[in-house]
Amino acid sequence: MKFYDVADLAVRNLRESVFRNSLTTIGISVGVASLVAMLSLGIGLQQLASRRLQKSGLFNTVVATSRRDLRNFREQREEGLPPAESPSLNELARKKFEQIPGVVEVYPDIRFVTEVRFDDKPHLTTVAGIPFSARNNDDAFDGMQGSFFSSDASPEVILQKSFAEELLGITPKPGADNTNIVALAKSLLGRELTMHYAERTAYSSGGPSDSTAYSVVSRERALKIVGLTDLDPDSMRGTARARVFLPLNFAQDLHVMQSNLRDTSASDSPSYTSLSVRVQNPNQVPAVEDGIKKMGFSAFSVVDASRSMRQFFAVLDGFLAIFGSLALAVASIGIVNTLVMAILERRREIGIMKALGASDADVRGLFFAEAGAMGLVGGAVGVTLGWAIGRLINFGMNIYLERQHFPPAQIWSVPLWLVLSAITFSIVVSLLSGLYPASRAARLDPVQALRYE
Amino acid sequence: MASPQPLGYLRHFTSPGEPFDSMGISAPNLLAVSTENVCRHYQMGEALVRAVDGISIDIRAGEFVALLGASGSGKSSLLNLVAGLDRPTSGAVIVHGTDLAALSREQAAKYRLHTVGMVFQSFNLIPSMSLLENVELPMRFAEVDRRDRSTLARESLERVGLRGRLSHRPMELSGGEQQRASLARALINRPKLLLADEPTGNLDSRTGTEIMELLHSFNQSLGMTVLMVTHEQALAEKYAGRMLHLADGKLVDDVPTDHVSNISSEPVRAPWGETQ
Repeated sequence: MKFYDVADLAVRNLRESVFRNSLTTIGISVGVASLVAMLSLGIGLQQLASRRLQKSGLFNTVVATSRRDLRNFREQREEGLPPAESPSLNELARKKFEQIPGVVEVYPDIRFVTEVRFDDKPHLTTVAGIPFSARNNDDAFDGMQGSFFSSDASPEVILQKSFAEELLGITPKPGADNTNIVALAKSLLGRELTMHYAERTAYSSGGPSDSTAYSVVSRERALKIVGLTDLDPDSMRGTARARVFLPLNFAQDLHVMQSNLRDTSASDSPSYTSLSVRVQNPNQVPAVEDGIKKMGFSAFSVVDASRSMRQFFAVLDGFLAIFGSLALAVASIGIVNTLVMAILERRREIGIMKALGASDADVRGLFFAEAGAMGLVGGAVGVTLGWAIGRLINFGMNIYLERQHFPPAQIWSVPLWLVLSAITFSIVVSLLSGLYPASRAARLDPVQALRYE
Repeated sequence: MASPQPLGYLRHFTSPGEPFDSMGISAPNLLAVSTENVCRHYQMGEALVRAVDGISIDIRAGEFVALLGASGSGKSSLLNLVAGLDRPTSGAVIVHGTDLAALSREQAAKYRLHTVGMVFQSFNLIPSMSLLENVELPMRFAEVDRRDRSTLARESLERVGLRGRLSHRPMELSGGEQQRASLARALINRPKLLLADEPTGNLDSRTGTEIMELLHSFNQSLGMTVLMVTHEQALAEKYAGRMLHLADGKLVDDVPTDHVSNISSEPVRAPWGETQ
């Protein structure tokens, strides 16, 4: 029998017992829906985590250090120039790094401990310079109160939430609900604080210039509070290891004396202990790392950690798929039951078809086609249902996140491959379920079948 | 027997002037069916049922043979063996030179599709299909082109007088109409051998006669071999050329009748209204 005829007869037969077949198909749909919903949440979470980690800068940043630096613990194991001959990590190196393909920006690590005065009260804290690009690339500032810096050199400041609480004299009780960041923002945004710091200036004694000599001058700057972020200051991320943030260029121009800046003067060509090299795509990290090493510097990244993350999500998706497939396995029993019932009901019809010349393959094909059609329809409906369930969970989760003052997140994703795989899987499971009924129908003795009333 | 001319409504079975041999129907006097000491025994619990027990018969191409006997005499079992629906326990069933016992399941299905047309007492039309779809069904198995089979099935049904019933389902028709549809279906793939299992068993005598005349006309006009199981001696005597009496699975009598020429010499009114 031609494929068209098999399909036509199968659809006709399914329509004859539309109620029972619909129930079986709904069973398959529920199975596929649970599979799709589980996997769409798994995939969504994976994408969310990937996006977050990518935005955090952990996976697209290479940290370059000079091999001259005694604190570089890896220098003995690395190949290349001996530490003594390694070039200095200065502005020239910074420019060279910027020319490596895939590099978006290169910036130094500006971080210092200093005193901040607010309402005439002193507070000691860590201040960090933040590159202006973090506005778009760093999710630390997603959902922040207020706004990001208006420019890279403006005397503005963003405060970490716990420091904002400290400025206002609020002490959160352990175990109590978090202080509302919106209320903190209302009290602080637009106000000024004063930062006291030690500026390093070139030493001028009238004699020949000495690049190793410098003087320290006490300074203070008024800074406008423009934003509040609730980023955890104890997290491992570079931007987070401070409680007060300044625009990077502004912070650099202050020439604050800091322990990790190796330059010993306020000259235009300072030497850095480390430079952060931001790469466009995490996949380019190894190549950029190699490029930096070839220039005679040390370089490291945490790109390997992303592999572990992918492995974790692969395992998570596997578990979700197994649990999602359980419902489909139950549905497959429904298919077997429906088709076996159909054989009993259509026993005489099978006998007639055989008497008229239908081969075993024709009868088998017919039952296979019926199972496949139920799988196809059940798969398509199930994918739609799973998509809707995932979307509903996402919607509910976002309401919850909003109430917890978190930015909205997409924790659900139904890529095209999932749609096609789920429908294919549904058809394959249905065909496997139809294997026994189809071969049983094909083996029917036509004489016995024709006697059946 | 004079060279038969195809009936009008069956013109799609053969082109004008086309010899029957070319469409698979053998010339008279050749053996169409031959059984050699054929047996079909069933095990029913501890009892052995000898449904067919050593029957040897020869049926020539173009013959109209009636199988008679009481219930359980083995008529239908023998018919099933000739139809290729069942296999003999021993002996051979040879149809047009082919030993059916040697056929694989796939080959047996092809044999039923192309060589045999079957008509049943209970019509055996598929209730969920319209008459047109029922008649089309064997052509689906034979992989006839969709457009051709629709035309052929339509013509075939129109010419057994079911023009206005094409889209009706079997349950909406009388017994006679159903049996006519069943006949149209049995002949749609141009079989060499028409097997009828009590074709008038569920019909009143008038409708039964109508069906018998149809069978007879196929036999006479197309030279098609007909093997019919019946309880009704009178019908057999009137239409069949030969009567085989069975009892307890054995052939007990083989009687030729002399009515065939009489009937064929009389004008046969085909159910579609033409007079031959």
